[in-house]
Amino acid sequence: MDLAFILIQLLNGLQYGLLLFLVSSGLTLVFGIMGIINLAHGSFYMVGAYLAWSLASMTGNLATAIAIAIPLTVVLGMALEKLLFRQLYTRDHLYQVLLTYGLILVFEELRSIIWGDDVHGVAVPALLNASIPLTENLSYPVYRLAISGVCLLLALALYLLIQKTRLGMMIRAGASNRDMVQSLGIDIKLIYTLVFAMGVALAAFAGMINAPLSSVTPNMGSHVLIICFVVVVIGGIGSVKGAMAASLMIGLAETFGQVLVPDFAGMIVYVLMAVVLVWRPEGLFGRK
Amino acid sequence: MAEHRSPPPSPRPEGGGDHGSLSSQAETVQSRGGPSTELILDANGLHSFYGASHILHGVDFTVKKGETIGLMGRNGMGKTTLIKSMLGLVRPRQGSVRVRGVDMTHAAPHAIARRGIAYVPEGRGIFPNLSVRENLIMAARAGVDGRREWDYERVLHTFPRLGERLANGGAQLSGGEQQMLTIGRALMTNPDLLILDEATEGLAPLIAKEIWSIIKTIRASGIATLIVDKNYGAVMALADRSVVLVKGRVVFAGESAELSGNQELMHRFLGV
Repeated sequence: MDLAFILIQLLNGLQYGLLLFLVSSGLTLVFGIMGIINLAHGSFYMVGAYLAWSLASMTGNLATAIAIAIPLTVVLGMALEKLLFRQLYTRDHLYQVLLTYGLILVFEELRSIIWGDDVHGVAVPALLNASIPLTENLSYPVYRLAISGVCLLLALALYLLIQKTRLGMMIRAGASNRDMVQSLGIDIKLIYTLVFAMGVALAAFAGMINAPLSSVTPNMGSHVLIICFVVVVIGGIGSVKGAMAASLMIGLAETFGQVLVPDFAGMIVYVLMAVVLVWRPEGLFGRK
Repeated sequence: MAEHRSPPPSPRPEGGGDHGSLSSQAETVQSRGGPSTELILDANGLHSFYGASHILHGVDFTVKKGETIGLMGRNGMGKTTLIKSMLGLVRPRQGSVRVRGVDMTHAAPHAIARRGIAYVPEGRGIFPNLSVRENLIMAARAGVDGRREWDYERVLHTFPRLGERLANGGAQLSGGEQQMLTIGRALMTNPDLLILDEATEGLAPLIAKEIWSIIKTIRASGIATLIVDKNYGAVMALADRSVVLVKGRVVFAGESAELSGNQELMHRFLGV
């Protein structure tokens, strides 16, 4: 195993981790701030991938498809929050699990009706369809580097939004004392709608940009959902910083696991989770 | 017991000339001769429940512009429930709440707050996961008529101790500092009415004294205040009017002096 090979695995692991972060940041925010366990979060990832595929085949261009799809997913997120999730804030987790599990079934059924049950592929945009040669027979695709860059930028933007802006302060304040936020004249429902829609759009966007790297398939949301719950638990529930650390850990562990110990690759993520939880039951950045 | 009811609100000149010399003169005259008659808060016949227990039994309550009101009563008599019912945090089953003349009985708490009411709750309600600076600037907002008399600099000037702890998390402050932070945060919204529920509770006497002097400064700046505090003497010394609740009913509403000068009422209603 030479250096170039390790470098490629490293980049792949980081890229996969950053993509996981996009999906799990929304999951952890919605849980941390609104207290909602959203099992349907993986469905947003799937919706994003299918939107990218169908709009890209219509327009012939993935970038255009993404530009059209993002506003659609924001609207979807706002509508879901206003019509359904808002009913859950005061209810116990059982209702949340029931409703959001039901939503998975609804989304899968709708996907089947609208887009069918076939597996699809999306072409890498021509502009980014190149490789950087590393050695004589190893090279790294530009598209993977590009989406890693985009993910990093989004992560940075999310960090700045939450830590440095007044909206971010209101969001964090809402996680600690909802009544007090309202008594200061801040519309907490609007903030919840925004946070939820942001989470939906981030997950869907991850599905869109990853579509050229993996096939667009039915039930693709469930695998992502499970891994994202692992990320949220390892990182500490509600912690965006934790989601970042855990996403990268899992991205690297899974990537290197598949190369080094292929027979146990499927277990590695869960072993990692068990180890972290024994060491820190509240997760890496969770509050005790 | 005779209920003190205020006359209907009289229109106050509003619009462009609000900060003009004429109206500020008028306010000076008013503050000398008692507060203006314009009602900021006007609750009528409030009945509120916590689960099955009936806490408020038809409470009437008003706060006029610039006025200081003491709300008194022993524990569990409904003071906090009354405040929360007027702020939309507890929904009254019956009765109405008008804020600056508009019915807000079913309005969301943030909409009520935006009509010029700031709340310093019992237990303070600071955001422990935000820094002192963030606790203040997240609340910044112009007042109802666009006033921005209170801003970050003025709050820090009023509470110099907070200036030394800007980067600290809200939870790392002492009780007195937390209280100053909550009051400062409330002032950042440029309110017309500041509601203080047990602002000095659990504070060392010297710190409590500091809080009282801050409340006096706020009152002198023309902001109406509604004060709930176990230190009845201090409340009545400051309040233009006092209201006493016993078992969710108003048993006294009138001049503070009338109450403080009456040993028998004080003993019967407040147990002192």
